[in-house]
Amino acid sequence: MPMITLSDIPARGGSPFTPAMGVFLLALSTAPFWLPAVGLYQYLGIEVAIWLIFALGFNLLFGYIGLHSFGHGAYLGIGAYAFGLFQQEIAVSLWGGLLAAISAATIAGGIVAAFISHRRGIYYALMTIAFGQIFWFCAIKLHGVTGGEDGLLGIPRPDFVLGPIRFSLADNTSLYWFSAVLLALVAIGLWRLVNAPFGRVLQAIRQNETRARFVGYDVWRIKWLTFTLSAAFAGLAGGLFSMAQESAYPDVMSLHQSGLIVMMILVGGGLVSFWGPVLGVILYFVARDVIGGITETWLLWFGLMFVIMVMSRPEGIAGLIHVARTRLGHAPAGRSAPKPTEV
Amino acid sequence: MALFEAQNLRKRFGARVVLENISLSIEDGTVHGIMGPNGAGKTTCFHVLTGHHAPDAGRITFAGRDITGKKPHQIARMGISRSFQIMNLFDDTVVIENVILALPEFRSSGLNPIRDVFGNTALIDRALAVLDQVGLAHRAWEKAAALPYGERRALEIAVALAPEPRIVFLDEPTSGLGTDATRALADLIRDLRNRYTICLIEHDMRFLFDLADRISVIHWGQVIDENTPANLRANKWVARSALGEVA
Ligand SMILES: Nc1ncnc2c1ncn2[C@@H]1O[C@H](COP(=O)(O)OP(=O)(O)OP(=O)(O)O)[C@@H](O)[C@H]1O
Ligand SMILES: [Mg+2]
Repeated sequence: MPMITLSDIPARGGSPFTPAMGVFLLALSTAPFWLPAVGLYQYLGIEVAIWLIFALGFNLLFGYIGLHSFGHGAYLGIGAYAFGLFQQEIAVSLWGGLLAAISAATIAGGIVAAFISHRRGIYYALMTIAFGQIFWFCAIKLHGVTGGEDGLLGIPRPDFVLGPIRFSLADNTSLYWFSAVLLALVAIGLWRLVNAPFGRVLQAIRQNETRARFVGYDVWRIKWLTFTLSAAFAGLAGGLFSMAQESAYPDVMSLHQSGLIVMMILVGGGLVSFWGPVLGVILYFVARDVIGGITETWLLWFGLMFVIMVMSRPEGIAGLIHVARTRLGHAPAGRSAPKPTEV
Repeated sequence: MALFEAQNLRKRFGARVVLENISLSIEDGTVHGIMGPNGAGKTTCFHVLTGHHAPDAGRITFAGRDITGKKPHQIARMGISRSFQIMNLFDDTVVIENVILALPEFRSSGLNPIRDVFGNTALIDRALAVLDQVGLAHRAWEKAAALPYGERRALEIAVALAPEPRIVFLDEPTSGLGTDATRALADLIRDLRNRYTICLIEHDMRFLFDLADRISVIHWGQVIDENTPANLRANKWVARSALGEVA
């Protein structure tokens, strides 16, 4: 059976409120009520929401346009530091901090993208790692700004203020609600983006850069834009991360984080489905907390699962689901678009 | 003045000079053939003309504008299209999407985050009409990678025609085709010549001599002769290498 790609899943026009989105939003809006009931805790919800924002944005780059960055932890970290520095140096402000996080990651991403967008393949991957390491090194060495290896400690969680509405985000349940709303907006926005012409062009570039160029697409600029966009989402996730942790430290932007996001995307099936990253992130955290509650070596088991997955079904969980549905006759196989009569 | 002109193009890769001195002049509404032995530099010449490589020296003009050193996407947007000797398609997706992606109407909405792709019936009708020209309309919703070789070549041409270019460069369109498919392609090109200016590289002499208004012979990175097919039969290299099969 040939490898399935994102282009095998039908493009969907119109409303993003599909059944899958419905399930996603339902889970998101009920999590605080059932998380404790299944033996988990509110903070896990925050972590999952943050990583989902990171992963969905990252998959625009990794899955859709097919550019393999192994250094995206850097932009998560830059977002985290920027949020913390804004609180500590400028003002305690939720929106100011998040704006700083997004802006810093966008600028850093934009600069790096300018250096690497003429490449692809292994050179691209190596350069993303190199830049990731540079940022990580800076975070450790620039003591005066970043607090060196200790990082920034005691970052406050500013109140949510919007017009007359004001409430505290100090407890984890309210921070979860805030993160969940941001995540919902990100998911709906990105779903729309990848199913619009823009998403099709990204996939065209993944399939054949040369052909895309010769039918008139400014491939360099679109690659640049996609990297920068994905860094912006990482920055938002990083800002939320430093709120959640009330600190920002070099480990956030380590190569380990960069590898983790790639592993989550591959296990979940980000190369096959918009929802792949969601499955991957959830599986990772469930494995960490459930298997991790049983044995210290949970990462070994997760790693082993990753290996088996890559060897047997490189398209990940979403690929398995797609194959199963095709066999059951529910999914249109080998066709990436509805025929006009079905539109 | 000619629609498309190249003057004294020169291109080298490292120490290897591939194009020594190439000048071409393609009149509006004609079929211009390019022939020459393997490794003569024909494909490299197309790469330079369409912006894939910048020339080291020389000048390229199209419709009176200097396009030397312009990028492929800029050249494509001016109405210059091409096919490839080694096929270049969007293989993971369906046949019709290969064409839709090449339509200027789609491209201009290409960065639009709101519009639907496959909800736009006007776009789909346009793409189906393009596919129909090359006899592929019945394959529209199949995956490009799944097409047999001959149909993939036809799709390669459909993608080049989709933007309704002013000039199309075709690099060995008959390569690997059987006699029937080659005849069908000749009919297609006869049909297209009324609407587009065409420049094609060909090894199949019968095909080329039948269709071309003028032919440039490239050898060692130089144009060693340029003439009508009838007059070219007198050229020593042409006569020696190929005319056996034509006459
Ligand atoms: N990027 C490159 N770097 C180095 N050498 C190249 C490059 N591209 C082409 N060449 C060399 O230039 C020469 C001409 O190649 P080209 O593909 O233009 O020939 P051609 O006339 O199209 O031949 P064919 O009829 O086999 O298609 C060849 O010897 C090839 O090895
Ligand atoms: Mg060639």
